[in-house]
Amino acid sequence: MLNLVWLVPALPLAAFAAISVVLWRDRRAATWAAWLAIGASWLIAWAIFAGTWGQPQLATEPVRVGILTLPTGAEFLRLGFMVDPLTGIMLFMVPFLCLLIFVYSRGYMDGDPRYSRYFAYVSLFATGMLGLVVSDNLLFLYVFWEIMGLCSYLLISFWFEKESAYRAGLKAFLTTRVGDALLLLGLLLLYSRTGTLTFSEIFQADVLSRLADTVVSLPLLGTVPVAVLASLLIFGGAVGKSAQFPLHVWLPDAMEGPTPVSALIHAATMVSAGVYLVARMFPLYAAAGPGNGAMTTVAAIGAFTALFSATIAVAQNDVKRVLAFSTISQLGYMMAGLGIGAFVAGVFHLVTHAFFKALLFLGSGSVIVGSHHEQDMMKLGGLRTRMPVTFWSFLAGTLALAGVFPFAGFWSKDEILAEASHGGHMLVYVVLTLAALLTAFYMGRQVCLTFLGQPRSHEAEHAHEVTPFMYVPVAILAFMATFLGLMGVPADFPILGKLLGENPFHHYIGEMLTLTGAHPEAHGVNWPVMLISLVLALLGLFLGWLVYGRRPLEAGQPDPLRRVLGSLYPVLENRYYVDEFYQATVLRAVHWLSATFTAIDSRWVIDPFVNAVGRSFGRLASRSSSFDGRFVDGAVHATARLADAAGRALRPVQTGKVQDYLLVVATTVLLLLGVFIIL
Amino acid sequence: MGFPILSLVTFLPLLGALMVLMLPRENTRAIKQISVGTAVVTLGLGTIIWSAYDRAAGGLQFIELARWIPAIDVNYYMGADGLSVPLIFLTTLLTPLALLYSAFTINTRVKEFFLLFLVLETGMLGVFSALDLVLFYVFWELGLVPMYFLIGLWGGERREYAAIKFFIYTLAGSVFMLLGILYLYFTTGSFGIPEVAAAFETARPFAQNMGIVSLVFWGIFVAFAIKLPLFPFHTWLPDAHTEAPTAGSVILAGVLLKLGGYGFVRILLPVFPSAFKYYSPLIAALAVISIVYGALVCMAQWDLKRLIAYSSVSHMGFVMLGVAAGAAGLGVAGQETSVSLALNGAILQMFNHGVITGALFLLVGVIYERAHTRDLRAFGGLGTAMPYFFGFMLVAGFASLGLPGLAGFWAELFVFRGTLAIAPVFAIVGVLGLVFAAGYMLWKVMQNLFFGELDDRWRNLPDLYSWEIVALTPLLAFMVFFGVYPTPLVNLINTATTALAGLL
Repeated sequence: MLNLVWLVPALPLAAFAAISVVLWRDRRAATWAAWLAIGASWLIAWAIFAGTWGQPQLATEPVRVGILTLPTGAEFLRLGFMVDPLTGIMLFMVPFLCLLIFVYSRGYMDGDPRYSRYFAYVSLFATGMLGLVVSDNLLFLYVFWEIMGLCSYLLISFWFEKESAYRAGLKAFLTTRVGDALLLLGLLLLYSRTGTLTFSEIFQADVLSRLADTVVSLPLLGTVPVAVLASLLIFGGAVGKSAQFPLHVWLPDAMEGPTPVSALIHAATMVSAGVYLVARMFPLYAAAGPGNGAMTTVAAIGAFTALFSATIAVAQNDVKRVLAFSTISQLGYMMAGLGIGAFVAGVFHLVTHAFFKALLFLGSGSVIVGSHHEQDMMKLGGLRTRMPVTFWSFLAGTLALAGVFPFAGFWSKDEILAEASHGGHMLVYVVLTLAALLTAFYMGRQVCLTFLGQPRSHEAEHAHEVTPFMYVPVAILAFMATFLGLMGVPADFPILGKLLGENPFHHYIGEMLTLTGAHPEAHGVNWPVMLISLVLALLGLFLGWLVYGRRPLEAGQPDPLRRVLGSLYPVLENRYYVDEFYQATVLRAVHWLSATFTAIDSRWVIDPFVNAVGRSFGRLASRSSSFDGRFVDGAVHATARLADAAGRALRPVQTGKVQDYLLVVATTVLLLLGVFIIL
Repeated sequence: MGFPILSLVTFLPLLGALMVLMLPRENTRAIKQISVGTAVVTLGLGTIIWSAYDRAAGGLQFIELARWIPAIDVNYYMGADGLSVPLIFLTTLLTPLALLYSAFTINTRVKEFFLLFLVLETGMLGVFSALDLVLFYVFWELGLVPMYFLIGLWGGERREYAAIKFFIYTLAGSVFMLLGILYLYFTTGSFGIPEVAAAFETARPFAQNMGIVSLVFWGIFVAFAIKLPLFPFHTWLPDAHTEAPTAGSVILAGVLLKLGGYGFVRILLPVFPSAFKYYSPLIAALAVISIVYGALVCMAQWDLKRLIAYSSVSHMGFVMLGVAAGAAGLGVAGQETSVSLALNGAILQMFNHGVITGALFLLVGVIYERAHTRDLRAFGGLGTAMPYFFGFMLVAGFASLGLPGLAGFWAELFVFRGTLAIAPVFAIVGVLGLVFAAGYMLWKVMQNLFFGELDDRWRNLPDLYSWEIVALTPLLAFMVFFGVYPTPLVNLINTATTALAGLL
């Protein structure tokens, strides 16, 4: 069964090919092709996932399927797919979410002129994400990673008539490409140092320790172990894809794409690929010992991003933008978790977050469709009664994200916090806890502004519930967001721990840690941490309600927070002016270089030189031509004239009379005889 | 000597040209049919060569050797190996597509056009097959003349300037090469490339003859560098491309540039391994400058064709980088794999660039034929008006910027992999080229052509015609096929580069 893993990405790929070549004329056929492919791929994926339960040896000896062999001189590069617990849990999450989102898209994209193209693109996207998680080597991972980048570009700029949409697509591709270039370098560094790109071969204990012991010296950084350098470069790719500071700028703009795309790509799957990458390479990160440069960087960037973008989310008014910044913040949580060594907790949060963030995005999509494409929260309100299914589902997602017991986010977020506190990473712990408070606050704000109070616009006034194609997937996700966390309940949690059996998630994923030489150990419940985070979550929600729910805003009334925060509010609203900073520095520098080089090429240096050479040859040619005319030709002409003149001079001799000739002959003979005699 | 298939494939287009010559000039239909037909049969032969080459045996195959000018030891000496077979195939692939496209778009001086084009094909195939330096030189020059006329007669407004610039640049290169070839002959007593390569290093060890060997090395180097083109010898290219007719640009970018790259691996590297290794840092630096500089200059272009032309400067820089890195790693213990990878990447890049840029120039022709402008500022919103054109451009454009899953990626990967192990700094700087490539391809080309509101002027532009689809589809198929499954191509190339990796 596990050998069929190649089918998981292959089926959506087939759907993509079929739709883009043949089926695009027929919307129904296109829909069904996409649905059937992802459905089949989901069934196979869950079967594979089930097959990996109770198979701890898969962590160190994954099932591998060879796909491609490339000769490299005398050696070979072998690439393929594999199954291990980390892949297994991603196969549990990704295809299921894809399926729900595909179904939802049927409702959301209804009537769009490029409907079939949409399904082709998302199918290719699913190929990318599924291929990524089943790759057994970094190179395939990179290939699928870039295919997702392509799909992301195409889907963000899907409505390419809109300037904001195509600009956002471009920004997403270029920003992530910066990270990808680093990832490529990291990949090549590993390849040139180990001769392989296959995970299980890189993660051999002797290879890892060799990478940790060999150092390279770099300018500025000094001597760095290869393992750390490669980890940092690879992390560059993760920073781009998972929108971590400083490459986070593309994700909020990516909300220009259709909302199911936001859910699929920019919440549930693609952005988590960066976290997956770090998790996948975790043995390499850990190779140089605890607290090494790579791990510290991951933890620092993750924690900083978590707090940084949570503050921005507080001051956003677009339904989807709040969620976008929330996503960046939550991805920071996961990164921070991995960076402090809390591998299992990081992956756990990756899985639960995917579900409840997909829920929130699809919910916001329903809000947008239901209220006639109004997405400014200041103009919404009162949707609770108008869209009840959406409201209750969205609320479940909110509670999960805020981390309220017993929703999914509570367990996973708490585990990261507990690990941070347990491992003595107090700074990370404090920063993440603050971020948690802000998270609960902005979600409280969003729910109050969107669903409570009275409608603040005509569109919201006439909002209606969406079609079953849309609310059924949302409701299913709400169910998952509520109960999914139970698979990772600490074993010593009262009642639940015993009931659910010794933290199954930890047992399943924890096996991966044997690759690092560490023993997977589950910590017990850390009551102070758990209670503090629960209290803060409730406090945040309460504050949100206090500001926006107790006395609902009137239409046109400014955000009360504006008064509270004073001059800080515009800074948050404008996202700390990071975009403007890049515009003024990086982009301007590239433009300047490009213009300067062009001038060097065609106006200043190279072409003028070439033209000058051309001209001087031209002058040389005309010089030589005049030389030709005067001297060479002159000589020729002179010769001719000489011959002519000689001819003329001798003409009188030719008289035609025999006696004259005889006279000449006789004279000559006499002369010659005279000469002979004298000699 | 077996069946002389290389002679057949080389001179078949010339035969076609003779047939065209004998047809009356009014009978354009027959002229076009015979030309395209000849090119298609040649493609058949190219395919046979591709599949008949024995990969397990490797080395030079299909060898033909006959005395030509015995007085000075010039032989008619042909042969092909893993370096030349892909390029022979590429030439035979692109020519019929370019001719097919021209059959529908060229309506003035039809006879001369097709005649010259077929002569050009013979010249190119001859270069890739010749193993005698004089023969190589003759074919090299044979390609130069038809191209001059193709630009000068069927080109755009500044065609005469472009044609003369092209001619002078490449002729200047040829002169140096000829002098170099003569020196090689007087040193080794042979014009045979394998023989010269075997004898030259021993006859004139680089360490003891640095002055003269460097002079000869750089003389021949410049000839190839101009053709490639390598910064700073590249400015003929944008002009020639911009003014050339579409089919001319396709062949110019698709095949003629590869003559330079091929020269490096066929002649320069085997004959001067020590000198190449010695100068490799400088050459790699020029390569990296080509990559980054070319890409940045692309970003400032508004003429679509000129932009694609500059992108060739950037992409051919990868060929040079691969060869230079390969040379730098020669004779270094433990670097054999890296050398092979760098060289594999360089040759792969030549093939892939030919396919990708060939398609891109055809696509430029498509829009220019319709809109009569190539100014990117004039366009916008074509994504809705010409969905097929959009789709084809999307595939070719992403292949060009090196998207994994399409052909361009593997070559860049191998080049960077080889370079990173041998000369890391150049790889690190070169990677910038990848980012900029995405910049010009998406920001300049895709965004300006396809996105935004559709201008009323372009509302009635017809989408791709069937012949355009026929000309483009094979190229796109190769991009996808070799992007997903590069093994057949890499297998072929690898047979030759493993031999090169053992040069020192």
